[in-house]
Amino acid sequence: MDRLRLFLPLGGFLLLVVVLWLGFSLSDPHVLPSALLDRPFPEFELPSLKDEDKTLTVSDLKGRILLVNVWATWCPTCKAEHAELLRLKQRFGLDIVGIVYKDEPEDAKRWLRDYGDPYAFNIVDRDGRLGIDLGVYGAPESFLLNAEGEILYKRVGDVNKRIWRDEIRPRLEQLAFFKPGKQT
Amino acid sequence: MIGSRLNWFSACAAIVLLSVSGAAQSVIDAFEFDSLEQEARYQSLVAIFRCPKCLNTNLAGSDGAIAGDLRREIHRMVQEGKNDAYITEFMQTRYGDFVLYNPPFKVGTWMLWLGPLMVLLLGFAFLRRFLSAENTVMSDAERSELEKLLAQDEHTRTGR
Repeated sequence: MDRLRLFLPLGGFLLLVVVLWLGFSLSDPHVLPSALLDRPFPEFELPSLKDEDKTLTVSDLKGRILLVNVWATWCPTCKAEHAELLRLKQRFGLDIVGIVYKDEPEDAKRWLRDYGDPYAFNIVDRDGRLGIDLGVYGAPESFLLNAEGEILYKRVGDVNKRIWRDEIRPRLEQLAFFKPGKQT
Repeated sequence: MIGSRLNWFSACAAIVLLSVSGAAQSVIDAFEFDSLEQEARYQSLVAIFRCPKCLNTNLAGSDGAIAGDLRREIHRMVQEGKNDAYITEFMQTRYGDFVLYNPPFKVGTWMLWLGPLMVLLLGFAFLRRFLSAENTVMSDAERSELEKLLAQDEHTRTGR
């Protein structure tokens, strides 16, 4: 029995190692859980990129399932994500709306001309106020919205094949997005 | 020799103490305020919210873009006369509990608050057991065994 007692501190230490290892590896501390899940997309009144006289509001985001993608021309990861967004649009017919975050509209227009445009339309968030209402703290970030305009999922970071496969696609399937006849 | 060792020690001590001096850093913004009281409120508010992009810096001390944007928002709200509760709720509904240095006490965070206390109490319990009479005071049987061993040891050393 005394022999066993000798090993208690070691046992306690090993237990601590396991607990801390799991705790630190389970989540990336840089990724904040979204405070907006299952809440409606926040209200806004901002110009459209293609036509600066046109004002867009939250009602423009309702009526169909949408991926809202926060991006900017100064963001290198957004460039890397771009090909995947084009693929999702072309292959699966996913509607994508962009928020041009803290960027110059002219730069954004030129960028889309040069690299391709997966977006149904773009919202110009010049000073980042819509971003703050969304809890955005960097680019790229993306939100999956249902047809009622509620935020179902938030991705901090790029939308890539893994995120599509593990996070977005299953949720779309739950929403019966893939009706028969659509290519999967 | 002693002099140089003392110098080396002083140097190390100085480096350690200076590196933990905990001086507060803040980024300089050119904000205007209607009163000193408003400015004081602003300064305290930007010190109590964590910058969402950083792991352990408040809004006052971070020169990242989002921290600057949030400082601007807080300045606007302070100027509009919003109270601390409103501003805190603003930050919390957008960025979650992470943005507060003191997370609210609720089901999800009870471990965070009570954990250290529990570990401390556990530690005390162990200490009590470890330092109890039966662990530290020698029993009679142990004492006579000790005396026997000492006598043996004396015998082999001195041959007597």
